[in-house]
Amino acid sequence: MKSNQINLTFSSIPENVGIARLLIASVGAQLDLPLNDIEELKVAVSEAVSNAIIHGYRNIPNNLVYFDLEVTGDTLKIAVRDLGCGISNVEQAMQPAFSTDPERMGLGFVFMQSFMDDLQVESVLEEGTTVTMMKYFKQTPNPTH
Amino acid sequence: MNLEKKIERLTLILRLDGELDMSTANMLRQTIDGEIDKRGIRTVILNLQNVQFVDSSGLGVILGRYKKLLPLGGKLKITNVPPHIYKIMELSGLPKIINFYLDEAHAYEEGRGA
Repeated sequence: MKSNQINLTFSSIPENVGIARLLIASVGAQLDLPLNDIEELKVAVSEAVSNAIIHGYRNIPNNLVYFDLEVTGDTLKIAVRDLGCGISNVEQAMQPAFSTDPERMGLGFVFMQSFMDDLQVESVLEEGTTVTMMKYFKQTPNPTH
Repeated sequence: MNLEKKIERLTLILRLDGELDMSTANMLRQTIDGEIDKRGIRTVILNLQNVQFVDSSGLGVILGRYKKLLPLGGKLKITNVPPHIYKIMELSGLPKIINFYLDEAHAYEEGRGA
């Protein structure tokens, strides 16, 4: 069983959302995932990291976002963690069209839920939020030649 | 994200090139709002042909511009959407609110009685 672990810690600045997407796209390509799955992983990661920066850290740049990837067998586990303000009501925050900002669509969790096979959100007020997402994929058989 | 701007009468045509996320959303918002507020632009056509990525931050800016134009009697139109971008937009319900067109010419002609 092949396993791999990647941990990336980065500043809570908008430019780093694209870096997180590049990393998940590379891991997805290495796992030979279909292009469509990679596109969906990129959106899910983008939403989780954006949430950490915008909501967890309220757009304050000098904080750290922890982005952990783990591949075990045919499971890809993605965790995005911030040590920010936390979510007071996780259930409410995960409702479609719930947003604390009128310019935003409140679709972040909807996208994460739609594109991933499992989504867990753990949050403690004033301590932070961890979003854990799972993708189960079929391993491509090793080439015989 | 690169923006190519074209203005014809009260119509702003914007050709977007790049990734539309929280790092580029503000720039797009300011560009469009500036044209609406300063030049009195009432129709905004967004050509998404060269957009490689969009997430809810990007969709939020598009919806926000639609909401800004609505009470002004204006219109927001979207053209040339790549299939993988359209899939994300469809999931958000955006195509139920905003009109999509094959290309800029179709978007420009519609509503002009031509």
